[in-house]
Amino acid sequence: MVYSAEIRAAYQAQLDEMKDKGLFKEERYIHGPQQADIDVEFPAGADGQKVINFCANNYLGLSNHPDVVAAAREGLDAHGYGMSSVRFICGTQDIHRQLEARLTEFLGTEDTILFPSCMDANAGVFEAILTADDVMIADRLVHASIVDGMRLSPAMRDTFKHSNMKHLETKLELHQDKRIRMVIVDGVFSMDGDIAPLDEIVALAKKYDAMVFVDDSHASGFMGKTGRGVHEHCGVMGEIDIVTTTLGKGLGGASGGCVSGRTELVAMCRQKARPYLFSNTVAPPIVAGALKVLDLIMDDTERRDTLEWNTDYWRKGLTEIGLDLKKGDSPIVPVMLYNAKLAQDVARDMYAEGIYVVGFFFPVVPNGAARIRTQLSAGHTKEHLDKGIEAFRRVGEKYGILGLGKAEIIEKFGK
Amino acid sequence: MDEQKKIILEYVIAEYVDEDDDVEVDLDTELISGGLVDSFSMVSLKRFLEKKYSIQIPDADASPEAFDSVNKISALVDRFVNK
Repeated sequence: MVYSAEIRAAYQAQLDEMKDKGLFKEERYIHGPQQADIDVEFPAGADGQKVINFCANNYLGLSNHPDVVAAAREGLDAHGYGMSSVRFICGTQDIHRQLEARLTEFLGTEDTILFPSCMDANAGVFEAILTADDVMIADRLVHASIVDGMRLSPAMRDTFKHSNMKHLETKLELHQDKRIRMVIVDGVFSMDGDIAPLDEIVALAKKYDAMVFVDDSHASGFMGKTGRGVHEHCGVMGEIDIVTTTLGKGLGGASGGCVSGRTELVAMCRQKARPYLFSNTVAPPIVAGALKVLDLIMDDTERRDTLEWNTDYWRKGLTEIGLDLKKGDSPIVPVMLYNAKLAQDVARDMYAEGIYVVGFFFPVVPNGAARIRTQLSAGHTKEHLDKGIEAFRRVGEKYGILGLGKAEIIEKFGK
Repeated sequence: MDEQKKIILEYVIAEYVDEDDDVEVDLDTELISGGLVDSFSMVSLKRFLEKKYSIQIPDADASPEAFDSVNKISALVDRFVNK
């Protein structure tokens, strides 16, 4: 037998070690659609608990919007369930090209190519467009999918300190002998919720003849006055060479992603990007749903305006009760607790209070920077937010952390 | 401390330590196995050494072990500078 008892035991030992270290990830089963009020089974087999969800990427509250669901249903009827082919053989429908054109219009770029996910877009793009004569210069906090994509590219890899423009400038100077310099950032950084200074990055890119890549997965649909993303927020629409983003967060939350940007770069991805070439694309009902999402948010900005109001109200509320928040303008609002056990304990107690939040700690965030990442949605009502703030007040009081800053929390609980 | 080690140490601190980190780096601090420098960030260190000392370090010699402390990096540079 190839899968011997020894091999089985070795894997089990690895899994046990993850459990011992508190790194083992467990799923919680949601009964019903994704939305602000959910019914959660956890642990498996337990009775359902009604909680308010503050940890989804459902920024615009569209995951269960009736118009989107109806459009997906119509898409299913009109275009079927699946394509049973990759794009370039017989897996492209009229609606795939419509969605690509609509995303191009929405993002203010030249062309767009769909991928099965943004993970796939990031995994495929760097290998498709860069060579060994080029260099990728990435912010040190970019998403894991970008790190994986960079590993697959023959181009030289370098990094700069998080959002440190002086450091980026030294790197752009250092690599002047390369054919292409590509600066790579997240629009909104997913763990801290802070925003890449794209205006400054574009200025440096012009000065040092570099291209700019932005993953706007945690921004598309709501950052900027009309929700186009961090490039709109920073006033540099049309000046970003590559935007990657997802349909799996604010833009309906189902699945799918894209590379959007300069015509030739998108064309290169269509010829060479392996996740595009060797995998089916987004399924027809999801494409139809995503087209409806873009109709909804390009017609009016009400949902992103509500999200902005909710974020502001939540930040003010949590600050007033004395929690230590990471500063920022995005709907990702991290409550800093610094100590891993404290983050886990607070998250558990919040859940018991009917508020679903998750603690993050090393290795997901740096050692001594444990936190609870809260995420706002346009689907939250003021009542949801008030319940969340009141629960944080009660739990914060229990642990005696209200009004304490970083040094005081670390002194009390350790790193 | 000789000049070369001083230059490398200063570069490592400027490149890999953030202002609000309370990390002490000396000549024997484990840079890669200690988690301060990851494999991505090692690239710029290699490129800095090559430009600074006008040398070429073959990829086969630029192993994580050879870059794991300022002392080890300095020894690696010596191998190519003295060639």
